[in-house]
Amino acid sequence: MLESVTSLDVEERQRLEPHDALETKMEVVGLDAWYSTKQALVDVNLNVRSNKVTAIIGPSGCGKSTLIRCLNRMHELVPGSRVTGSVLLDGKNIYGSDLDAVDVRRRVGMVFQKPNPFPNMSIADNVTAGLKLAGVKDESSMKEVERRTLERVGLWDEVKDDLKRSGASLSGGQQQRLCIARALAIEPEVLLMDEPCSALDPTATAKIEQLITSLKQTYTVVIVTHNMQQAARIADYTAFMYLGKLIEYDETTTLFENPRQELTERYITGKFG
Amino acid sequence: MKRRRSGADTAFKSMTLIFASSAVVLSLIYFFELYYGSTLTLKSGISFVTGSTWDPNNQVFGVLPMLYGSLVTSAIALIIGVPISLGVAIFLSEISPQVLRSPISFVVEMLAAVPSVIYGLWGLFVLAPILRTNVYPILESRLGFLPIFQGTIYGVSVLTAGIVLAIMIIPMVASISRDALLAVPDSQREAAYALGATRSEVIRMSVLSYARSGVFASIFLGFGRAFGETMAVTMLIGNTPLISASLLSPGYSLAALVASEFTEATTQVYISALIEAGLVLLVVSFIANVVARLLIRRLIRSREAASYL
Repeated sequence: MLESVTSLDVEERQRLEPHDALETKMEVVGLDAWYSTKQALVDVNLNVRSNKVTAIIGPSGCGKSTLIRCLNRMHELVPGSRVTGSVLLDGKNIYGSDLDAVDVRRRVGMVFQKPNPFPNMSIADNVTAGLKLAGVKDESSMKEVERRTLERVGLWDEVKDDLKRSGASLSGGQQQRLCIARALAIEPEVLLMDEPCSALDPTATAKIEQLITSLKQTYTVVIVTHNMQQAARIADYTAFMYLGKLIEYDETTTLFENPRQELTERYITGKFG
Repeated sequence: MKRRRSGADTAFKSMTLIFASSAVVLSLIYFFELYYGSTLTLKSGISFVTGSTWDPNNQVFGVLPMLYGSLVTSAIALIIGVPISLGVAIFLSEISPQVLRSPISFVVEMLAAVPSVIYGLWGLFVLAPILRTNVYPILESRLGFLPIFQGTIYGVSVLTAGIVLAIMIIPMVASISRDALLAVPDSQREAAYALGATRSEVIRMSVLSYARSGVFASIFLGFGRAFGETMAVTMLIGNTPLISASLLSPGYSLAALVASEFTEATTQVYISALIEAGLVLLVVSFIANVVARLLIRRLIRSREAASYL
């Protein structure tokens, strides 16, 4: 099984890419990533399509979270970590000299596994935290952004009378939607989501999934999930990773119904992982 | 088997309860001992705290200058010591490379183990002469228009005592704040980074805000240490019962008063007055602590973030 993974050559890899002519938003080229001496990603290549939801699936430790954290330069915050290769955002390398990490993270927002609102900030201040960092001071436009983004994530009606309350006073699902609102408030182009529903109950999960589907009109979404059904429900494209390598990447329906790699088939039919 | 285990459990519970209540019992004992020991002077009432004449020969006891000295030296210690301590804490938890972290922490904590008489000696023979010849004259000539930097320079002074106190509280404030900062989950830092925050913005927006109750606690512990510090202050403050606007003049503190005069206290009234000074010290520390806690709770509740406290 392992040999079949390591023997992927360039030609084969290209064959594993979906064949369509959609616009590319982000392009991962020959990406390797390390945690001190442990290599977490091996030569990953991936085209993220504009205004689509791309899911990354795979067993624990396959590198899916590392990959998504390389897309907005969060990986480099881990002491001893290292990245080689490139990630193009609208054709420009985010690891190149034209862009710095702060610019990249403003354009590529992120939502994390565990909801992490700032507990000492009100709901309203949580939403506008990124705007304040960007130097926005105008009160009325802040108010406007609070309302617009909270409506966008379906939280406005639930919290509009409590905007001064702490972000930590909300339920888990509400906190996660607040975190999505916080990420959307600075109007990123891409939204990365690292297992955003893994800490939530089924009702809250359903709300977030609905939200993700509606977000792709405006944003490009990349979501890491350990839940294959979730990927099948919400993603247009799905990438399967194993042991730090991208094994297969295709339209979601093709990948689930007609996988080209034996490894993918074994994983999606639950034979391992 | 089961019964024996629960028996041991009960014994363990009662043991910890006894240990925990011993703290309460001890503080009550301190309070009552001080209270009964000072009955002779307590009779004279509030003038003990409001009077500014300390004349044991004529049995006039007013500790206002000492109370003032204790408060002012503690305030100086916080003004100088807290920013430095926070700098140390932020460096250790957020900025320092991993290899430097434990050696620096070790040295900072070592400073806490230096006996206060050593700080006093160093202050008296090293720092005070430097301040007297090199620093205070400059302060006086540049900032002499301020009443706090006027008057004769002796070297020993309220400011000198405050500076040494600042150095003495740094290890405690720095290491408790560092622990509070290290306890901030990485998810909070990542939240700010993902919004495009720079490192200093991450520290301000997420780390310090999240850890603020721990940081405040460290500051109040530092105040308690400075307010009650005896030996170093006795050696550096000049032990003169005066209230002077100038920080360069000598002063006195409650703890220094008790420490330096108890050997001379030959009459019952004199002893009672010193014990009452101790009582004032205890009561003021207690009040400061309660007020601080209420302030923190109010600050936190006003933003309704008490959930994680």
